[in-house]
Amino acid sequence: MATTEKTATVAVKPGEERLVSIEVVYRGIFQKTLAQRICRGVVLASRRRNYTGTAFARYGDSPERNGVPAKQFAVVAPTDLELEAGMAKYEPAVVDVSVAVDDTLVKGIESWAWYGRQPIWKPVRDNGFVLVTSNSTPDELVQQTDKAERPYTLAVVPGGASFAGLWVYKDDHTDYRVLGALARLLPDWLPIEDVKASIRESTKDEARVVSVQFGYDNVRTREVKKGEGTDAHEKLQFEKPGWTKMREGIIVEARKPGERNPFYKKYTARTLRPVVNFDTCIKCTMCWLDCPDECFEVTPSGHYEVVYEACIGCGICAQVCPVKDCIVMVDELKFTDNTDKFVLYDKQPDAYRQWFTEMTGLPAIGSDKPAATGGD
Amino acid sequence: MATIIEKGQDAVSSQIEVEALVTGCEAIAEAIRLADVDVMAAYPIRPYDGVMQAAAKLIADGKMDVEYIVADGEHSQFEIVKHACAVGARVFVGSSGVGWFYAMEAIAVTGGLRLPVVAICGNRALDDPGAFGTEHNDSLAVRDLGWLMPWAETAQESLDLALMAWRVGEDKRVSLPVAIGLDGAFLTHSQTIVKIPTQDAVNKFLPKYDLGNRLLHPDNPITIAPQVDQDWLMEIRRQNDAAMRRAQDVIREAHADFKRLFGRGGDNPFLDEYMTDDAEYVFFGQGTLALPMKVAIRRLRAQGHKVGLVRLKWFRPFPTADIVKSLLRFKAIGVIDRDYSFGSPNYGGVLYHEVRSALYSQPKRPVVLSFIAGLGGREIDQNMATQIFEKTKQAAEKGSLDQGDTCTWIGVRE
Repeated sequence: MATTEKTATVAVKPGEERLVSIEVVYRGIFQKTLAQRICRGVVLASRRRNYTGTAFARYGDSPERNGVPAKQFAVVAPTDLELEAGMAKYEPAVVDVSVAVDDTLVKGIESWAWYGRQPIWKPVRDNGFVLVTSNSTPDELVQQTDKAERPYTLAVVPGGASFAGLWVYKDDHTDYRVLGALARLLPDWLPIEDVKASIRESTKDEARVVSVQFGYDNVRTREVKKGEGTDAHEKLQFEKPGWTKMREGIIVEARKPGERNPFYKKYTARTLRPVVNFDTCIKCTMCWLDCPDECFEVTPSGHYEVVYEACIGCGICAQVCPVKDCIVMVDELKFTDNTDKFVLYDKQPDAYRQWFTEMTGLPAIGSDKPAATGGD
Repeated sequence: MATIIEKGQDAVSSQIEVEALVTGCEAIAEAIRLADVDVMAAYPIRPYDGVMQAAAKLIADGKMDVEYIVADGEHSQFEIVKHACAVGARVFVGSSGVGWFYAMEAIAVTGGLRLPVVAICGNRALDDPGAFGTEHNDSLAVRDLGWLMPWAETAQESLDLALMAWRVGEDKRVSLPVAIGLDGAFLTHSQTIVKIPTQDAVNKFLPKYDLGNRLLHPDNPITIAPQVDQDWLMEIRRQNDAAMRRAQDVIREAHADFKRLFGRGGDNPFLDEYMTDDAEYVFFGQGTLALPMKVAIRRLRAQGHKVGLVRLKWFRPFPTADIVKSLLRFKAIGVIDRDYSFGSPNYGGVLYHEVRSALYSQPKRPVVLSFIAGLGGREIDQNMATQIFEKTKQAAEKGSLDQGDTCTWIGVRE
């Protein structure tokens, strides 16, 4: 495979003085503090050379829901006057960098704040950046991002999806690594020395500065051309009706029994996906009963298949399943589609078993004895 | 002359229009009976509580069948009827003064939900201090929230406006709540002769309440008032605005029908003019203050002064076109407010500012004066009326007002 990975990209005119917007896309609640630290870090570092700025969370994401994609922003500008163009907004229409602090977000995001699923690069300007914290390579991630409508640079800073800042979770310096990576991508606006100096201003912990340098040194980039990426993701977009077309009295159609919400599907909240071993399933109904989102449908054979469009990947089904390795939670990035899988099992059981093993790393036909502990 | 019935005598089965000596509150209770209201929610506060007592008596006497829910406070009271209204019940509710304010959260959303709740606000001064005389600031607090707001002058008009309220509010072109203003004491607690129409006549005037496909029912699965964000609210407000604009024509239609069936209501649904034909200047106001002002007008007319009165019957929708057409005939307008807007432009009353604004785009405008009178239920006596008259006449003759002399407090101790 031809790779266009490069160590750094400077896609901005040196010395250009203008308003710069950065967004951080994150998992609601879990990564809220992390996102806030990154955005504040950008604004505070910009103060080193007398830039001014604002950091804010998207109002419509609040109150945040566990894992539902949310956004925070940092907008910096040379003067207060220029900053005004970035103020009094819920979110910038165009950003220079979109930072995803969980790599499963590259599959697209559906939030509380608007309707439909957005590609991760949607607000990124021409030749802007998508910066992802990931242990995958840029090439692997491109295959999971929506087909690009304009060129951008995909950058990866090493690291997993961090919970740093969430209650008891230990600080793992993800924020500093991301700031270091941003300094590499935007050397004219966020010089590495400014980032380091602003951190030294507030702490004596030199390890944080080391993490900034690590992020700076280890960010990998790959130019993504128009048309690169996948078109396997669902196009979930809606036109909003005008007041003459809306029902009067603040009324919307309720969902009928058995009908799923076509306007809000929730699956972009998922980081792990339940995969079912239909061979070992004992049809006990536990997954169907305990799923908080009623994702399971009963098949004619009495199995329970997951409707992935409705699944947020909470893992409760895997926890309550009494059969060992019957429902397995698998990294969402491994999947390129979102379709229910029972039909495949029904028509081509061997193909399904092969797929199961490929995804879970487990033998397809396992023990049908319930686990002694009732699942672990 | 119609038959006068004694209190407690049966107006229910009467085939002819009867007369009764009743208070404004009791007249409203008769309207509740005649409109065949399904659900009413009650919580006592003077002067509104006269209605809940009168309605309770009608139920106890077996003359009215209505689900009568005593709430734990005004907030619940207005929530109950809001929800009942959504499931297809014709409703009635009411309160006064600070009780009205305690219900404000429910009141504020009812307009947007387009639920035709019919309420009375027995106008009462806002505590503290514990005051219960009439003042219009309680009703007026909802003026921007999508409620239709008629104001009654007499017990008869209270009954008539209540029947109008269900008819207009429930009309599919409107579908908005209605807050009828009733002056505390002078109207709510004073008995006068009131014509009680027959059920047959009311049935001809008032069709059955029908929410159509907005009915909340298991056969019509809908969600009312889901959470929305900035992507939706402007459209919702604009729908509300369109309904309020349509209400003007619906009121005209209902008024014409009412007049045809009952022979009452005057020429104009929005304005009641008194001795204005050759008037050079007029008083302008709403509610019971028209009564002493009409007495003053007869007295002043006898002295040769060309003075009249224009009484506003619907504050919302504000009948701008009718007001412009009427008031441009005069040299000066003395607007009498039984309310006040602290720190407002010109430090005047609410009604005054509305009238002034309605006239602003006219190339030649009469002088508009603001009078603050009768706050907290203070009586407006003939001396006060004379002061209002003299100042208005002076302005008419001069054709202008001195700087800073737009608003005058009448009958306040210095």
